[in-house]
Amino acid sequence: MPSLQTVWFLLIGLLFIGYAVLDGFDLGAGIVHLFVARNDAERRSVLNAIGPVWDGNEVWLITGGGALFAAFPLVYATVFSGLYLAVMLLLGALILRAVSIEFRSKETNRLWRMAWDAGFALGSALAALLFGVALGNIVRGLPLDDGGVYRGGLAGLLNPFSIVMGLLTLGLAAQQGSSWIVLKTEGALRTRAQRTGVASTLVVIAAWLAATGIAWFDSNRVFDNFARNPLAWIGPLGTAVALASMLYAYRRRQEFLAFVLSSVAIVGLAATAGATLYPNLVPAVDASRSLTVNNAHSSDTALTVMLVIALVGMPIVIAYTAFIYWKFKGKVQLDEAGY
Amino acid sequence: MDVVQLSRIQFALTISFHFIFPAVTIGLAGLIAIVETMRWRTRRDVYDRLSVFLTKLFAVTFVIGVVSGIVMEFQFGTNWATFSGFVGDIFGAPLAAEGIFAFFLESAFVGIVLFGRNRVGSTVRWLAGVLVCLGTTISAFWILVANSWMQTPAGFKIVTDANGVSKAQMTDFWQAVFNPSTLPRLFHTLAACWVVGAFFLMGISAWYVLRHRNSDVTAIALRLAVIVAFLGSGLMFVSGDLQTREVQANQPLKFAAMEGVFHTEKGVALELIGLPPSQSGPAAIPPLAIPNGLSAMTNLDPNSEIKGLDQEPDTSLWPPVTLTWMSFHLMVGLGVLMMLLMLFGAFFWWRRSLDSSVWWLRFAVLAIPLPIIAVELGWMTAEVGRQPWIVQGLMMTSKGVSPGVSATDVGISLIAILLVYALLFFLWIYALTKEIGRGPEAAPGVVAGPAAPVVAALPTAGQSGEGN
Repeated sequence: MPSLQTVWFLLIGLLFIGYAVLDGFDLGAGIVHLFVARNDAERRSVLNAIGPVWDGNEVWLITGGGALFAAFPLVYATVFSGLYLAVMLLLGALILRAVSIEFRSKETNRLWRMAWDAGFALGSALAALLFGVALGNIVRGLPLDDGGVYRGGLAGLLNPFSIVMGLLTLGLAAQQGSSWIVLKTEGALRTRAQRTGVASTLVVIAAWLAATGIAWFDSNRVFDNFARNPLAWIGPLGTAVALASMLYAYRRRQEFLAFVLSSVAIVGLAATAGATLYPNLVPAVDASRSLTVNNAHSSDTALTVMLVIALVGMPIVIAYTAFIYWKFKGKVQLDEAGY
Repeated sequence: MDVVQLSRIQFALTISFHFIFPAVTIGLAGLIAIVETMRWRTRRDVYDRLSVFLTKLFAVTFVIGVVSGIVMEFQFGTNWATFSGFVGDIFGAPLAAEGIFAFFLESAFVGIVLFGRNRVGSTVRWLAGVLVCLGTTISAFWILVANSWMQTPAGFKIVTDANGVSKAQMTDFWQAVFNPSTLPRLFHTLAACWVVGAFFLMGISAWYVLRHRNSDVTAIALRLAVIVAFLGSGLMFVSGDLQTREVQANQPLKFAAMEGVFHTEKGVALELIGLPPSQSGPAAIPPLAIPNGLSAMTNLDPNSEIKGLDQEPDTSLWPPVTLTWMSFHLMVGLGVLMMLLMLFGAFFWWRRSLDSSVWWLRFAVLAIPLPIIAVELGWMTAEVGRQPWIVQGLMMTSKGVSPGVSATDVGISLIAILLVYALLFFLWIYALTKEIGRGPEAAPGVVAGPAAPVVAALPTAGQSGEGN
């Protein structure tokens, strides 16, 4: 029986994986839409493909943040204040894309729509990139001082490993978004999205190899768990299999399967990141200062209450979310109830 | 300015901007639930069009509420890391519960309400409207739990961790959730949001009548709004009275600052109109006041004792008196003004001249922002009146900031937020004006029925996009 704090390590992992899989496709739709959608009707098709669900997807991030606050307050406090300007930039990116989605279709003026289309692309790409840069710095280990505070500023976050990790999440989101557009649209739009999907997968593979290589030469504890526990290999092996099968599914025009496999690749890479971290949540360069599941968690009372909340609430959430996706299944139509 | 001041300004800015939007959406969601219920029961086209119109106003407001809300969720960690570490054991649970029980619900069913009208049947569409309303209400509950715990903490003990840092630890979840100020705050805030939504719709409908754009839809909208605004305005006074009593019992210094009572004495007068007090004493010019009024109202005994600010000899623990007094008195003043408007509204309705009382209609249009301003003033009273504490009696605001964040960092983010929020506000007003200009008549008369037939082919590029 794993400890309560390990259960919460997994549950928060699941919330962020839910976010990466779901918001991943609408961030990705933003990243690739300038490349795949060539006219106004196509742009609106892309928006309508994510329209009914994107802000529900973003709730996974909000809930993940809340759960992190509740279960590991010190991690929430250290990471969000340590990465201050990066978090502010991320919030700016999320605001920009949300506003772009909402306001783009309010005017028919070409410049107006071009500006918001660019905002949608920029906000989405920046958000996806920053998630990876943040994750990269955490996996790599933050230089926490003796008060447990990171004081490196924004510049301290820009190192080769983290930038490559940023490209990895950018590529993953683009792949996920392309797969979603392939699933939800038809014709030339669908064909182009399939091409950006394959291109993004190549970026993902290249960035993944580069990240692994940099981590190898950094020779830090990133690989410890893989040497210790063979179960840790499920993540990277699952990802490799999923990516290869996804490319095959694209060729066979198995749209739904390709989207599922793209999602599996995200889950696999997130599991890989989780495996490198555990039992750390925020490894410090000086390991004695690391925030782990054993020194940063809330009381058993709080964790138990939260577990009850999650066990009661999340099955209901998943049920009606599935219902909503079911209602909006199939290729998008441009009708009056849309953008 | 130092990092504490800048962080406080940034929090004040982000929270007062953010709260405009949930206040409007909670109010509108309540109205949508009512109108959807009427549509579902009567199947009349007029309710269909009103519901679609309200939904459009809701949509543009909701999105800005969502994005400015994410900023709030992250800001505890970015700017108030020490506070977050101190309260996380208790404070995090309501935030996570808000996500799980409220945000998922509202954002999922907003999808149906905005995009799925033609994909679901009449009953599911109604249910979606009601669930969005339920979601916004549950959201209000959990976030007010978190705030109320900062005002009147309960169900916790203070422990010291391995590094010698003290923090609050949950001992009783339900005591923490239903701490002394949760329910009074919830009633007052929800009533306020309904008033915000109702005045919003009332003003818009009045504007249509004044511009001779009245129709069966605006007639129903106006009357629905007047009913809710009338009842809501009345409820404001009942719930406000309850909450003031709760503050008097649990945060006596805040209460003394709100009422401008410096010295503990018997038979204290109720100030109606006057100049604000300074931090050290009442205004030089005596206010217009009801003798013994405050004692009578508070304790139902005109000669009873009211504890003044001097109950706390350490003046550094007093809240900013001027600001607390002013925000509270302005809020009450606006409440009286709104109640007057609603009494006239009821009178004209009774005289069957609601649609022809031009002056009343004009005032109804002008009154749209009043409840929003009153809500902001109410929060200012609650939050400024709690100072210098971030958690009443447990942690000082000055001790709660992030240790690793510099004044420059906060300065940069503050300026950026100021610019972005100015743009967001402008966009919101622009989008609302556009939808209002288009009017409820432009809404497609989709009479509730089975899903529309599926059109396979995509329209060509030439088709202009009359978006949502």
